[in-house]
Amino acid sequence: MFTAEVKITLKKTVADPQGLTVQHALESLGFTGLAGVRMGKFIILQLNAEDEVKAKVEAEEMSHKLLANLIIEDFSIEVYPESNRGVKQS
Amino acid sequence: MKFGVVVFPGSNCDHDCYDVVADVLKQPVEFIWHKETKLKEFDCIIIPGGFSYGDYLRCGAIARFSPIMEEAIKYANNGGLVIGICNGFQVLLEAGLLPGAMMRNTSLHFICKYVKLKVENTDTPFSSQYKKGQVVRIPIAHNEGNYYIDEKGLAQLKKNNQIIFRYVTNPNGAVDDIAGIVNTNRNVLGMMPHPERSSELILGSQDGVGIFKSVLDWLATR
Repeated sequence: MFTAEVKITLKKTVADPQGLTVQHALESLGFTGLAGVRMGKFIILQLNAEDEVKAKVEAEEMSHKLLANLIIEDFSIEVYPESNRGVKQS
Repeated sequence: MKFGVVVFPGSNCDHDCYDVVADVLKQPVEFIWHKETKLKEFDCIIIPGGFSYGDYLRCGAIARFSPIMEEAIKYANNGGLVIGICNGFQVLLEAGLLPGAMMRNTSLHFICKYVKLKVENTDTPFSSQYKKGQVVRIPIAHNEGNYYIDEKGLAQLKKNNQIIFRYVTNPNGAVDDIAGIVNTNRNVLGMMPHPERSSELILGSQDGVGIFKSVLDWLATR
């Protein structure tokens, strides 16, 4: 069993009104060091793939087909063996 | 002229569309359940507004893979008339039948009100009843109506006269004030405003009925 973590963000060229609103809220709380805030989605997939490579290929296919809209979004994927979830593989 | 209205779990303007076709246009109309895998003979298919699949993931993203959509895509690619309204427009974008994508309104608010639209192109099966430059009152009701397309795509839309409606005052941040577009073949219309909610005077406006009447006119000349 593998865990694929899919991170989906709006493309840099696409305005993010939600991120901007959060930035303004943080600034009004006194956090002055912000150069920007971008919001996105984080999706955790549990995959019964044979190995890590196959798990990643499958997660990529899923992201292309459904999870991300590539007109406005980019995605990145990290795959971990289920037992090591959250521990980055070298 | 036979109309079909697609129904997804979460559609909520399906009955309004049905009512306009049956009671205002006096034409035959049927609901089409999203699980159906065969389309009957229709002259026009309407994909109505609502919150298909709870708007989960992205508006229209899951509905786009409903069994009926595969048939609807084939139907559209064969020249069949398709109208996507609000969530229906979002489904058509996700399905790739129309270019671009829908983003959250810049105000982050759900906006439900009458807006004024300028008719930009009357040379389509959906807009022949209007005059070019005419301003019509049709309501919007959406949270994700902020139409996005990149510069290259926008240039294409303009070059091919695919922009049918523009907001007179942009309510949601949409690129180039775009409220409704057609595909290059002009047989697929997507629009955020709700013509089915403004097709009878008792509802406050009948400016929207022109879209459905244009379709009848167009079909009558085929």
